[in-house]
Amino acid sequence: MSLTREQMAQRVAQELQDGFYVNLGIGIPTLVANFVPNNMSVMLQSENGLLGMGEFPTEDTIDADMINAGKQTVTTVKGASIFSSAESFAMIRGGHVDLTVLGAFEVDVQGNIASWMIPNKLIKGMGGAMDLVAGAENIIVTMTHASKNGDSKLLSNCSLPLTGKGCIKKVLTDLAWLEIENGAFILKERAPGVSVEEIVEKTQGKLIVPDDVPEMTFS
Amino acid sequence: MAGFDKVVASYEEAMAGLQDNMTILAGGFGLCGIPENLIAEIKRKGSKGLTVVSNNCGVDGFGLGILLEDKQIRKMVSSYVGENALFEKQLLDGELEVELTPQGTLAEKMRAGGAGIPAFYTATGVGTPVAEGKETKQFHGREYLLEEAITGDFAIVKGWKADRYGNVVYRHTAQNFNPLAATAGKITVVEVEEIVEVGELDPAHIHTPGIYVDRVVLGTFEKRIEKRTVTPTE
Repeated sequence: MSLTREQMAQRVAQELQDGFYVNLGIGIPTLVANFVPNNMSVMLQSENGLLGMGEFPTEDTIDADMINAGKQTVTTVKGASIFSSAESFAMIRGGHVDLTVLGAFEVDVQGNIASWMIPNKLIKGMGGAMDLVAGAENIIVTMTHASKNGDSKLLSNCSLPLTGKGCIKKVLTDLAWLEIENGAFILKERAPGVSVEEIVEKTQGKLIVPDDVPEMTFS
Repeated sequence: MAGFDKVVASYEEAMAGLQDNMTILAGGFGLCGIPENLIAEIKRKGSKGLTVVSNNCGVDGFGLGILLEDKQIRKMVSSYVGENALFEKQLLDGELEVELTPQGTLAEKMRAGGAGIPAFYTATGVGTPVAEGKETKQFHGREYLLEEAITGDFAIVKGWKADRYGNVVYRHTAQNFNPLAATAGKITVVEVEEIVEVGELDPAHIHTPGIYVDRVVLGTFEKRIEKRTVTPTE
């Protein structure tokens, strides 16, 4: 069985460490916040200028001046700070954020990522994604392994215009956990009940399959 | 006091001198912290051919979106656009030009512009369409892009409180691009919710020092929420 969105978020959350500053993109990455272990402190960075993002407000505390990068109304946690967009991207570009999680259309064996532009469709813009992938050391891309038509999104060369070049080392799909090294995807873990054969079939770029590929475990 | 008194009595006075084809830097992220009344004044004046530098372009009927109604904007420099149908239509019809700029690069372009730095190198955008036509250089074995700073004829800024000298503080995440735009306008106009006496704001807590600010105007604000998300209470 391929992973649900919640399971994907849960798997990413296993990569969190106590004391991490984390930037979560829109979509599945946002759900990671729901799976932070209880014994762990993690501070969420939102690139519009907030470090220490909290839950959504209640109707009584909603405030138009308090939003996240997805333009949703939010709150702050104790110990949060608020700053300008330049300061926010200094944190991101300066490599101060410990983990960045974001979605993508395609990744390839060179660690290239395409996530913002489909030619001949309306192009809305890259927002902060190019800064995030260029600035972060530790990035996890979350995406489905293949499109609805069955086309692989793990390629030898991205076909879409790039968001960043050579910056991705870890990918979680609905089928597998993979790392990118020396021009190849390395299959590290598979989703429970998903066969290595299925992953091989749905991976267009060079894939290295170790002798033992464990199933992911969820507590 | 008069020499440093930046307060003007009306929005008309606040935007005096704005002409066709000028470049305007605007603060705001989505609809948060946008100078909504200064934008409305630009619409009332009817200035045309404007280049607007702003992270986003408002929505249909609010924020910078209202300047599309009479085709006042010739070019947008933004990181994310297209939350409005009118924007999409004018773009596809070729009536509007867009220069998509990574968000951090956009912020840094304004910061550099205000700080007298003409250009800077960044890793953001290397190997992407953003890099087309731009100079690159290696530092410590990594490739970087040369990005030029941005300045504007006007900066339009939304603050929370200002004193008469133009010292400004912002409220929560309504800060965003506002302090950066404020530094990079030839004429910087700040609209605020409250004007206080000089000395009332803690000098250590000023976000934008008055040296950057030319005009301060007092307004009332709708503060529209783009995505209202709440935690349900029992």
